[in-house]
Amino acid sequence: MANVPKELRYTREHEWAKQDGDRVRIGITAYAQEQLGDVVFVELPKVGAKVTAAKNFGVVESVKAVSDLFSPLSGEVVEINGELAQKPETVNQDPYGKGWMLVVKPSNKGEWDQLLTAQQYEELIAQGGH
Amino acid sequence: MPSRYIANTPDEQKQMLGVIGAGSVEDLLVKIPPKARLGRPLGLTPALAETDLIRHMTALAARNANAESHVSFLGAGSYDHYIPSPINHMILRGEFFTAYTPYQPEASQGTLRTIYEYQTMIAELTGMDVANASIYDGASSLAEAALMAHSVTERKEIVLSRAVHPLYKRVTATYCEGPGVRLRDLPAPDGVTDLAAARQLVTAKTAALVIQTPNFYGCLEDVAAAAELAHAAGALLVVVADPVNLGVLEGPGKLGADIVVGEGQGLGVPASFGGPNLGVFAAKTELVRRMPGRLVGATVDRDGKRGFVLTLQTREQHIRRAKATSNICTNVALCALMATIYMATLGRRGLVKVGELSTAKAHYAAERLAKVPGVSLRFPAPFFKEFALKLPKAPDRLLPRLAKQGFLAGVPLKSFDRSLADCLLVAVTEKRTKAEIDAFAAALEKAVA
Repeated sequence: MANVPKELRYTREHEWAKQDGDRVRIGITAYAQEQLGDVVFVELPKVGAKVTAAKNFGVVESVKAVSDLFSPLSGEVVEINGELAQKPETVNQDPYGKGWMLVVKPSNKGEWDQLLTAQQYEELIAQGGH
Repeated sequence: MPSRYIANTPDEQKQMLGVIGAGSVEDLLVKIPPKARLGRPLGLTPALAETDLIRHMTALAARNANAESHVSFLGAGSYDHYIPSPINHMILRGEFFTAYTPYQPEASQGTLRTIYEYQTMIAELTGMDVANASIYDGASSLAEAALMAHSVTERKEIVLSRAVHPLYKRVTATYCEGPGVRLRDLPAPDGVTDLAAARQLVTAKTAALVIQTPNFYGCLEDVAAAAELAHAAGALLVVVADPVNLGVLEGPGKLGADIVVGEGQGLGVPASFGGPNLGVFAAKTELVRRMPGRLVGATVDRDGKRGFVLTLQTREQHIRRAKATSNICTNVALCALMATIYMATLGRRGLVKVGELSTAKAHYAAERLAKVPGVSLRFPAPFFKEFALKLPKAPDRLLPRLAKQGFLAGVPLKSFDRSLADCLLVAVTEKRTKAEIDAFAAALEKAVA
């Protein structure tokens, strides 16, 4: 069973969200990177861009597939992980740490509670991830 | 009526019509308004025997004036450069001479390798990091570059010099209509782009500044200054260039261009009657994910041996569907192959020689022709292998007369720019001899007298 940290929230599309003061850090889960295989490219929005909950914010490409990335929350992008351009494999090596993708300043605090808890997400992947 | 080219028999047709409940093939066409239909059989002559057909077609073809039958000074994007004989010999090989481009790496290492070599040589000539496997022609390359600049910068304006080929501009305008990208005209008085005006026009809304060098009128542009200006506004610089000139002229990439496009016909592809041509497209590495077109990469197989495959296909529509960043899956592989053989045959020194001879002969011709009474060079700016001549008589009336004497004198500019109605665009390649140029000058002198 893939690692699902208790303190994070999750989407059904396998992104995680972590509260960091008034900001939220976003990435993809250990389960997602396992399913994708070796990540070769990550396309992220620019700092200052607006993202919307459950809407596409970027693309992750592995040797097996290309997948859209879906934002857990609405808000403004205040930071992106520029190192992924050179080292996309970080997403595989450390999905909850150095493999983070965005930091967003949320515009709708209520959306946090809509996200899956670690337990709900564990149930989701136990059922095959869909 | 049974036809040898339609596989199904009348019985089968009847059966198929029965299934869909139609009485005849004619019934399938009732929705087409009668006035849109011909209403009589096509006026075709009876079938000819093969020998008669060849005779007939040869006679028709002989009525054309072309670069074989005439001394050609035609240019404006399509040039009479020499085509080395190995090209025709090589492209007719069965492995290459196919309407379909086989891309499976397990079956097509030869084809993929030639495309890889094409890309490598184009990247080197243009001074860019990567080139794609080609697009249809110079016009579609520029249009794709405009869309790419729009997608990279997320800006909605393209500032285009009036000295860019007017037909390329029209194709670009068509492509830009869908995504709502606006083209803005940058003046080019005296045949050269007004970069001072560009400073006003290129703003934070500009996705790209587009110039061509040598431009449509043959004049050289200041690429480095244009690059500085575009980049200061956060826009890309797109340069249209003819790769056959780049043995002598600096690659636009080295001068700051972000995307280099152009017509590659001069690289061993016959001018034909306007196509098929060769769309050249090259970009900087950091833009490769937004680059349209097919791309061949080098890799190693499981035994560590070098091989070639299509790469970065995740940009393309068969993988990314609606979200593809490249929606052009076709290239002109046979024309790209001609260019590859051309560049390999000529080599570095050969290409330099082609450029040197073309520009030297063009300058001799310009000097010689400007001595004809009433004839002058229209623009004072430095040019490469092509220049606009101002004539004392309407070019439209002079051309047929010169053609009768064996000269394709040039391209009249009237249809591109009304203010240049008295001008003729004259191109001179390395193929023109001093005797041909002198004879042309003498014929022109008589024609305008």
